[in-house]
Amino acid sequence: MSIRERLSGNEAAATAMKQINPDVVAAFPITPSTEIPQYFSTFVANGTVDTEFVAVESEHSAMSACIGAEAAGSRAMTATSANGLSLMWEMIYIASSLRLPIVLSLVNRAVSGPLNIHCDHSDAMGVRDAGWIMLFSENNQEAYDNTLMAHRIAEHENVRLPLMVCQDGFITSHAIENIELEEDEKVKEFVGEYHPEHYLLNEKEPIAVGPLDLQAYLFEHKVQQADAMKAAKQVILDVAKDFEKMTGRKYGLFEEYKLEDAEIAIVCMNSTAGTTKYVVDELRNKGIKAGLLKLRVFRPFPVDEISEALSHLKAVAILDKSDSLNAAGGALFEDVTSSLYVTKKYVPAVNYVYGIGGRDTKAEDIENVYKDLLEIAKSGKVENPYRYFGLRKEGE
Amino acid sequence: MPYNLKEVVASKPSRFTSGHRMCAGCGAPPAARMIMRALKPEDHAVVAGATGCMEVSTFIYPYTAWTDSFIHTAFECAGATLSGAEAAYQSMKKQGKIDNTTKFIAFGGDGGTYDIGLQSLSGAMERGHDMVYVCYDNGAYMNTGIQRSSATPKFADTTTSPAGTTIPGKMQSRKDLTKIMVGHHIPYVAQTIGYMNFKDLYEKAEKAIYTEGPAFLNVMAPCPRGWGYPTDMLMQINKLAVETCYWPLYEVIDGKYKINYKPAKKLPIEEFLRPQKRFKHMFKPGNEWMIEEFQKEVDSRWQELLDLEEITNKE
Repeated sequence: MSIRERLSGNEAAATAMKQINPDVVAAFPITPSTEIPQYFSTFVANGTVDTEFVAVESEHSAMSACIGAEAAGSRAMTATSANGLSLMWEMIYIASSLRLPIVLSLVNRAVSGPLNIHCDHSDAMGVRDAGWIMLFSENNQEAYDNTLMAHRIAEHENVRLPLMVCQDGFITSHAIENIELEEDEKVKEFVGEYHPEHYLLNEKEPIAVGPLDLQAYLFEHKVQQADAMKAAKQVILDVAKDFEKMTGRKYGLFEEYKLEDAEIAIVCMNSTAGTTKYVVDELRNKGIKAGLLKLRVFRPFPVDEISEALSHLKAVAILDKSDSLNAAGGALFEDVTSSLYVTKKYVPAVNYVYGIGGRDTKAEDIENVYKDLLEIAKSGKVENPYRYFGLRKEGE
Repeated sequence: MPYNLKEVVASKPSRFTSGHRMCAGCGAPPAARMIMRALKPEDHAVVAGATGCMEVSTFIYPYTAWTDSFIHTAFECAGATLSGAEAAYQSMKKQGKIDNTTKFIAFGGDGGTYDIGLQSLSGAMERGHDMVYVCYDNGAYMNTGIQRSSATPKFADTTTSPAGTTIPGKMQSRKDLTKIMVGHHIPYVAQTIGYMNFKDLYEKAEKAIYTEGPAFLNVMAPCPRGWGYPTDMLMQINKLAVETCYWPLYEVIDGKYKINYKPAKKLPIEEFLRPQKRFKHMFKPGNEWMIEEFQKEVDSRWQELLDLEEITNKE
């Protein structure tokens, strides 16, 4: 039986970690993810978990310690945000190259500078090519569920890659909402034990990890990482199926909300999807065929599936909560449009960069996007595909 | 049983094997070999390496010179990486998931220890992990081609502190990392070198490894490329470093200083400087002041050490 509770997103992530009971957690505080190691330290202090909590002196050390712990043969987890992830950046690449299934809870926040503590996705987008599986969560429930599924995916023999579960800073991390929790025993059984094939602490088979890897082999090793990322897609779907059996909650690579018969649609990630669903319902009441594709699995990027799901639309808007400052458009926009292109599907597409530094995203902002889409659908033309919404107007 | 080099070498096979690609005349491999020999044969070890000469020369895919488990992640984080492995050991041992005895040893050069890795080392020591951090101090970033570090002695000629016509080499004194580590109030800190049949080095390694909690070893490891001495002179350079009191052998156990070797007749610093090309410009006519200043610094640091030994051992 699921347990009905009311938790914030951070509490949800910490609760999932408690139930997973990893061997090591190494973390350093940073707003808005600080509460996760705080809650977790309490579990450690009260003997609720078996974990060694390593209170490191920086996020760089947090990821380094997680790498050491995971390579040693244990399950290691951490949490961070924004500049914390930036400081980890070097180690993020090393974690994936060593094929260590570390799980990180990323509470999305704007990367400096200037300094800002509120939500956008610039932290996650900064590591999008680092070889981590990246799952996005609309609300506390999804942050919890994604975390429970994380190890099954990351540790799978066809995958062996680190994984981050993203949720929106403050909007999700600090908002208390209803949630369904699973029983401890059920979680334990679902997640299972970790038995790595090779590990540092195995005195019967000492191993060396992290070599100097030159022209002769590095290329092949990177291709192995790429293959693992490709293989992750099916594993994510298989684990979701098992999860549905346990909880009744269904997950895919993305959620289609009234998309099937839609003529216009938005693609977005995390909490904005909640606001968008509300707007879709309003528009549907007015007879406008609006829909939503909420991406859950950003890495690996589901090229074929997204293209197929969007191919019937007359116009699509891709919302990026992070600007790429490349004079071309946001990261999600590039991935979605290139998916359409390589699968030979043409849908007029427009990009909106929004919500930067925690700028509020209102229902009327989303409504305006759909209004623009109606225009584009009618004319078939996209005048300027790289746009913003929510920006101050001149003089404001 | 008193230390006997022959017996140690005969009874304990090297856990750091030949075939690695470190230079002839480098001080680091013999130090690493003796430190690894200080492990009890029945104990397993996890060794962490900071990026540097030793790491890139001993673990080139698909070969490794280490017979124990070894991990390298990056330049500045051997301390943090190994602390994660040690935390995993503590956790898994407590849970009954493993039952072996594993010891944890990190190796970093002065670049990875005094400079870019100082924070990671400091954090690992402060947190009290049961591990030994070994700095093999060759006094510059040798792996990238002899750039100055905070361990580089004053006036040394390096590629980023060249002895020029206006500036005669490095103008700053070297950092005293061993004392910084003493300031962490960890159970065992020592400074050592390969000298007198490696007795000092071996015994300190053994103490460091088998003292519960964090321990730090600072091992001077001369570099023939960076220092400019013939490769067969390594052991003489080591000896001169000790006999001039440039590199005193001492240990600090629970805050108490013990100088392990006091030369009966302290040699003048020129003896240490002269065989090394990095100090060649100091011997040009008109540069006598540089040698005098160098000598003064060696003297005052030696005196400070004598004072510390006295103060910390007062009843």
